[in-house]
Amino acid sequence: MPWSKIKPKHNEPNYHTDHELSGRRVTYTEAIREGLRQALSIDSNVFIMGQGVDDPSGMFGATQGLQEEFGGQRVFDTPLAETALTGVAVGAALGGMRPVYFHNRPDFLLLAMDQLVNHASKWHYMFGGAVPVPLVVWACIGRGWGSASQHSQALQGLFMHVPGLKLIMPSTCFDAKGLMLSAIKDNNPVIILEHRFNFSQKGMVPEEIYTVPIGKGAVRRYGKDVTIVAVSYLVFEAFKVALDLVSKGIEVEIIDPRTLRPLDEELILDSVSKTGRLVVVDTGWKTGGVTAEIAAMVAEKAFGFLKAPIARVACPDLPTPAAHALEEAFYIKKADIQKAVLETVHYTG
Amino acid sequence: MLRIREVQLRIESLYHLDEMKTPIHLCIGQEAIAVGVCAALQKDDYIVSNHRSHGHYLAKGGDLKAMIAELHCKKTGCAKGYGGSMHLIDVSVGHLGSSSIVGGGVPIGTGLSLSIKMKEGKQVCAIFFGDGAADEGVLYESINFAMLKKLPAIYILENNQWSVCSHVSTRQAGENIFHQASQDLLVTSKIDGNDVLKVYEAACQAVKRARNGLGPSFIECKTYRILGHAGCRSQDPKGYRGQKEVESWEKQCPVTNFAELLRKESILAEDQYIGIKQKISSEIDDAFAFAMESPLPTEEDLHKHLFRE
Repeated sequence: MPWSKIKPKHNEPNYHTDHELSGRRVTYTEAIREGLRQALSIDSNVFIMGQGVDDPSGMFGATQGLQEEFGGQRVFDTPLAETALTGVAVGAALGGMRPVYFHNRPDFLLLAMDQLVNHASKWHYMFGGAVPVPLVVWACIGRGWGSASQHSQALQGLFMHVPGLKLIMPSTCFDAKGLMLSAIKDNNPVIILEHRFNFSQKGMVPEEIYTVPIGKGAVRRYGKDVTIVAVSYLVFEAFKVALDLVSKGIEVEIIDPRTLRPLDEELILDSVSKTGRLVVVDTGWKTGGVTAEIAAMVAEKAFGFLKAPIARVACPDLPTPAAHALEEAFYIKKADIQKAVLETVHYTG
Repeated sequence: MLRIREVQLRIESLYHLDEMKTPIHLCIGQEAIAVGVCAALQKDDYIVSNHRSHGHYLAKGGDLKAMIAELHCKKTGCAKGYGGSMHLIDVSVGHLGSSSIVGGGVPIGTGLSLSIKMKEGKQVCAIFFGDGAADEGVLYESINFAMLKKLPAIYILENNQWSVCSHVSTRQAGENIFHQASQDLLVTSKIDGNDVLKVYEAACQAVKRARNGLGPSFIECKTYRILGHAGCRSQDPKGYRGQKEVESWEKQCPVTNFAELLRKESILAEDQYIGIKQKISSEIDDAFAFAMESPLPTEEDLHKHLFRE
């Protein structure tokens, strides 16, 4: 089963970047692992737990070798008890530690919702700021290989709903490392949702320790005609659409929010105020999800700039099917994004 | 115990005035458990509490004024008016908070125990929960983890027999499964939770075991919730339990029975007892006066504290 080992297939495209592309080209897996290793090295309160973190192929290799290097006290396998272990992470955080709790799939986080939503997200506010809860929960969205309904869910919409949780969805190797280090450094509960497809890329990553600010998005491409806000690996798909549309004289601007909560509203609004057209693209469901929230936010705050209805491209409101043909029909593709962009650009009222 | 009882009787007697706009869960009849356990702890030991939180907070040394202010949702409360009665905390004495999700504090206390072990500390963590939490699967998950890692955790099951209006016999098939545990993994005991000396003795053994790195303990304290689930006496729902049952447990009152014992043993003279009661009463007067005089949080406070910088 080609689940846990994903061969990096391509280099990240030439996204616009505000930082110098220093460092060396590494895989997405290596970028995360390097961030974790550095966090473990500089702060003795950091520890990593999760079912399979000591498994050489666990977590797509992101935690590989860390137990050997830092010992079984700081990097350890856990029982499959997501509720209690999330509470254990909360308690350890209250006791001054900085836990990083790994899950192979976000689907399993549904078992941890009581501790994430009723406890981790509330402990600081509910007690008037008496004690912080610095913890990181990491999970990777599955896709393909007939994973079906319970091993492929993109649940960011659920987590985005909850005040008190920070929610990160990186799309580049640079951000995967820098946001991991920011998440561990943050004094609050942070969820990182990865996407399996991100692991097929390589990108430029500096060797040294650095952080990427939580709550700041990135412009991946500048354009004047239409804004695409794309989440996680869909930034890559949106970028391909943008390149294809150059020949049609359409200049697409691509925003990668990187953090869904807090959301960099300013970056999105600035872009929409320039282009007047918005397509929001997400790996999750459409109803009540990320595309709904971003579209509503823009309609609320930048209605006057809009020249066309906001388009949303997201998965249909269905559980994920297993059969390949059904998967193909279920997941959104480059063509879906392109179609939405063209409709938005050609909208005449 | 007397202090906790008197504080609660005062809360009960004033609750109908609606100055305390937060749901209260009184632990009248259960005071011996909080006191017996916390007497075995040091100041830097941790506790985690639940919705029936008053006794644990006071027994661990939590500030009375800040507690009464919190019951009035005032800015000077221990949670600055953000938590209310079910969410008491006093980090300065090792009280790390109270969850009103039944069973919710159990894994959190387990995690505090893990932090002690990882920092190679000598503290322990006592986790208070009721028989309702013993219905929850998270208890099994948490104690399994504590046994696996030999954590310095002490699980205190306060079996007061009633979860709102549901008796334990309608919710649990028999004796708690953890009493079957291998005693090297988990030392378990089942004691009279209304006898403060028995609670203290069991807690001391559990603390010793935890400090020696031998692992967790599980103490089931049989007790009784004299008042209803929430609110004051006049708000108790009627008809779900017999008056005789309540009366028989009132006779087993942990506070009066212990005072009686102290008198019998000539440790406590009547004038001393009256003196203590008066001192407590004036301390409670001060706490309520402080709460009443304290300011309420304002609109400007709404967005504070969601995140720690």
